[in-house]
Amino acid sequence: MSPTARAQNPFRFHTRLHLSELTGLRASTLAQLLEHLRSVPGSSIYHHTHRYLQQHQYLSPEPPNDFAHWVTNELGDEELGERLASIDTVRFPTIRRLRNRIVGVIEEHIEKNPSAKRRFADEGEEFHFIKSISFVISTKHLAWDLGEFAAVLEKITVDSIYYHMFEARLRLERGQNDFSLWFETSLGETGIAEEISRLDPYTHTLENLRRTIIRIVEKRIGR
Amino acid sequence: MPNIDEYVPIVGQSIVDDLRLLAERLRGKVVQHVNSTAVGGGVAEILNRMVPLLRELGVDTRWDLIKGGEQFFAVTKKFHNALHGSPEEIGQRDFDVFLATSEQNVREVDIRGDIVFIHDPQPIALVKRRDDNKWIWRCHVDVSNPNRKVWKFLREFIVRYDSAVFSAPSFSQTLPIRQFLITPSIDPLSDKNRELPEEAVAAVFEKYGVPRDKPVITQISRFDRLKDPLGVIAAYAQVKRYNDCRLVLAGGTAADDPEGAQVLREVQERSRRDPDIHVLLLPQNDLEVNALQRGSTIIVQKSLKEGFGLTVSEALWKAKPVVASNVGGIPLQVTHRYSGLLCHSVEGAAFALKQLLTSPDYARKLGENGREHVRNNFLLTRHLRDYMLVFLSLYHEGDIVNL
Repeated sequence: MSPTARAQNPFRFHTRLHLSELTGLRASTLAQLLEHLRSVPGSSIYHHTHRYLQQHQYLSPEPPNDFAHWVTNELGDEELGERLASIDTVRFPTIRRLRNRIVGVIEEHIEKNPSAKRRFADEGEEFHFIKSISFVISTKHLAWDLGEFAAVLEKITVDSIYYHMFEARLRLERGQNDFSLWFETSLGETGIAEEISRLDPYTHTLENLRRTIIRIVEKRIGR
Repeated sequence: MPNIDEYVPIVGQSIVDDLRLLAERLRGKVVQHVNSTAVGGGVAEILNRMVPLLRELGVDTRWDLIKGGEQFFAVTKKFHNALHGSPEEIGQRDFDVFLATSEQNVREVDIRGDIVFIHDPQPIALVKRRDDNKWIWRCHVDVSNPNRKVWKFLREFIVRYDSAVFSAPSFSQTLPIRQFLITPSIDPLSDKNRELPEEAVAAVFEKYGVPRDKPVITQISRFDRLKDPLGVIAAYAQVKRYNDCRLVLAGGTAADDPEGAQVLREVQERSRRDPDIHVLLLPQNDLEVNALQRGSTIIVQKSLKEGFGLTVSEALWKAKPVVASNVGGIPLQVTHRYSGLLCHSVEGAAFALKQLLTSPDYARKLGENGREHVRNNFLLTRHLRDYMLVFLSLYHEGDIVNL
């Protein structure tokens, strides 16, 4: 298909705004963390593995999930912190499987290092479980072809990019990001669909992700 | 008062567009805020800015006050301190005073909101007027370690609300209602935070007799033990051996606070022999605070305890390198070694100050990162968005809401 072809169905940009809901659950030890990790809602696992993407819209030295941060800084368990930080979130198609992996890493660590269970956080430094509530809103922005898509991507909020790249794939379990899905099914653009699917969005800032996707699309339309 | 479009150059058009999208979804609902005072204090300050902006966005917003006499407010002050964890003698008579005034307010306040948004403990009992409308209790107090007697008393009211809102994760409690986390914010267009020309900054330093011939380290806080001004002087003294600098300790008067006056005397005593320490007793003047922050080299907030510590965001918004204690809401605002330096002790503060004074490029980078962090997370526009989301959450269940 020509890179200037019009799609039968336009891409409608949505945005996603989030609100943090407190669960009242807290952990002072690894055993408590593990217990809550097994039972908290998926929206809490999602919150603690994605919060940093929206709160730090630049690369920060913090580990990419709150569990790794807390285990390293409050329990002082650097080895476990490193293993949790290196969980490759992009590989997991569902929150359930991501949760299982986090639980598995901690269980393995405790098995090998029984003394890890004796570490505890100081008063005031407990881990507080928070849930992420997403409000999805349809925006007025539509794209019928690649040119329009790139133009809209220039001006929408990073929340919209976040929604289509992260939330759609993992939380709504659509298997892949919305952009790739539309490129492939509505425009037959399998090349750029794959190129965007292959990105590890967790290693980009949202602004950087915006620029990267625009660059891929513009290259295809020869700009 | 600035209008909503004046925030566009700061946060971007799309953020303001999102606020309009949310406001559209609230059309037809009346939101009624109730608190205890129209001026003075953080709650009134934020409502004074938020209410006009919500109205401009098209959310029908009202703001009402409860009434109370001296005795009532003396009791609520005791409640406030007790919720913060301070030891307070609270007896049945205090609860009786609170309930008597509350009953009067329950009878007299005109409740007409579809959403009634109650701020802090003073008007908490108004929930007795609950009908088929929605009620939110907004707790602005640090209740991470509350006096159990007072909390138990208030809890009887809290559980009758639809939702509660707290400012930090550690403030949440086990409650049968939904609890949301909404951090406070600063207004980038207020006198305390707006851009100032260099002449205005210089004039304030001149007015207070603070030369800027060497780096200026500043802490702006009430003279209160919990802000640890003596600890700041001790840290400065350690720094001064290696790096020539000045210290500014600026804060409000403490006329109605005998302990504050005592702390101020101790600070003055401790700093008397060093002409490079400037203890400034500031009147309530936001522009002067703004100028002092902008004209300083480093901002310190060495509190021992903090509700949230928004002075940190104020400093970061001015792209200032910050050294602050790892307490209250400060670690939410400062990522150690990325958007500022966190410390736990006098020695830690001194070490951080020395690092920043000897590495100005690093200090500048921390300040720049801090400004972006505040832009994304601690500006009034984010606060407005969160409030509207809480209002919408009252009408939608589930973790993913399609609006």
